[in-house]
Amino acid sequence: MPSLRICQLVTRHVGPIELSIGAGECVCISGASGSGKSLLLRALADIDPHQGEIYLDDLACSGIPAPQWRSAVALVMAESQWWSECVRDHFDNAGQEGRLEQLGLPGKAMDWEMARCSTGEKQRLSLLRTLAQSPSALLLDEPTGNLDEGSTRRVEALLDEYRQQRQAALLWVSHDERQIERVAQRSFVLRDGKLEQQMGRS
Amino acid sequence: MNAIALSPFDLAVAALLIFALAGLSVRMQLGVERQLLVSAARSTVQLLLIGLVLKVLFDNAHVVWVALMSIVMLAVAGREVMVRQKHRLAGWWGLGVGTLSMFVSSFAVTVLALVLVVGTTPWYAPQYAIPLLGMVLGNTMNGISLGLDRLTQEATQKRQVIETRLALGQSWSRAISDSRREAIRVGMIPIINSMAAAGIVSLPGMMTGQILAGSPPVEAVKYQILVMFLIAGGTGFGTMVAVTIAARRLFDVRQRLRLDRLKPTGN
Repeated sequence: MPSLRICQLVTRHVGPIELSIGAGECVCISGASGSGKSLLLRALADIDPHQGEIYLDDLACSGIPAPQWRSAVALVMAESQWWSECVRDHFDNAGQEGRLEQLGLPGKAMDWEMARCSTGEKQRLSLLRTLAQSPSALLLDEPTGNLDEGSTRRVEALLDEYRQQRQAALLWVSHDERQIERVAQRSFVLRDGKLEQQMGRS
Repeated sequence: MNAIALSPFDLAVAALLIFALAGLSVRMQLGVERQLLVSAARSTVQLLLIGLVLKVLFDNAHVVWVALMSIVMLAVAGREVMVRQKHRLAGWWGLGVGTLSMFVSSFAVTVLALVLVVGTTPWYAPQYAIPLLGMVLGNTMNGISLGLDRLTQEATQKRQVIETRLALGQSWSRAISDSRREAIRVGMIPIINSMAAAGIVSLPGMMTGQILAGSPPVEAVKYQILVMFLIAGGTGFGTMVAVTIAARRLFDVRQRLRLDRLKPTGN
């Protein structure tokens, strides 16, 4: 039952941030571009230097090796990046076929060359690549930013299923207010480096 | 067996080539005439000076003087590696990584050759030690500066890829492995190419010099083979050490990619 707790987090012009995300909870963040949403997620994944502490249950970020933290608290960046020619080379674990179909991709997508994938296909594949590592918490930077309505709904459904099955904590950056209403239990706006609550229990 | 001594007049004839080239550069508006003349003058002065220094050194073959000379060569090579970087590590690291790796590889390889292969007495005999070190150092310097330049360039360009790999829980060394491999490969290509082409396409400079100076070709060839292997060893190990240290330095204790540790040099 992993919950994500953020204590006095400061990174560049963002913070101090106090936020607790319960196990199996989805919290959405929106805000103008440049407000620091991506910076916040990067700090939470410990990819950027930051002050303050982040806890996954009782596990402090600074208390465990960084790769272990990032496997557990996984960031999916807005722009997906690939370093090898074939889709499969980017996956450490096999057996993603079921999820591929849930996202509207054929089972043989694993054998595709990266060069022939569209931006939307890459975005869905990059989400799968992260889910394949079974993280306890997910930091999602506009995970449906390049997708059409149908694919967006599929991604939402898959993430919802993952959240409930694994009791994962989700922090989801989105610009789409209707999407926020669909997926989030609570939502915040990041303004002037502070989180302002929009929706849900306080 | 003695070589025909060159008079200043002989060298002046060869210098006419440089002047002709400079003249043509002015005519064709290439704009390289100044650089050409300055570097030709520099090489003349530097080589004449080193000739004098070596003469004194050979007459006073003391280990302290040989060591001093080696350190000066190393320092100049270290500075050269640093200024050739487009993005170099900030602070002492910029100078230190290249210098340390050159010290480790070039000195080890040269001492190894002097003691185990050539077997000079004393082992630091400057007639052997300084030219061998110079050749190994010069080539290692090239390899290391090419390798480091490629590494920092790759890290800057592939920043997002490396950070994505970190975000997937990969260790720093796996996240940058492709760039590191590429950098080491780039650093080693020149010596691999020159070994492959040696004797067929090109007659290496050292061997040519020895033959011109009157050595029997087969003896010259044996020394050339020795030098090639030493250069390959020095360049290869030096590039690996330099690229590995620099790659480590690009990440902090929390294995974050820290491009703020590089500073652009503006050229």
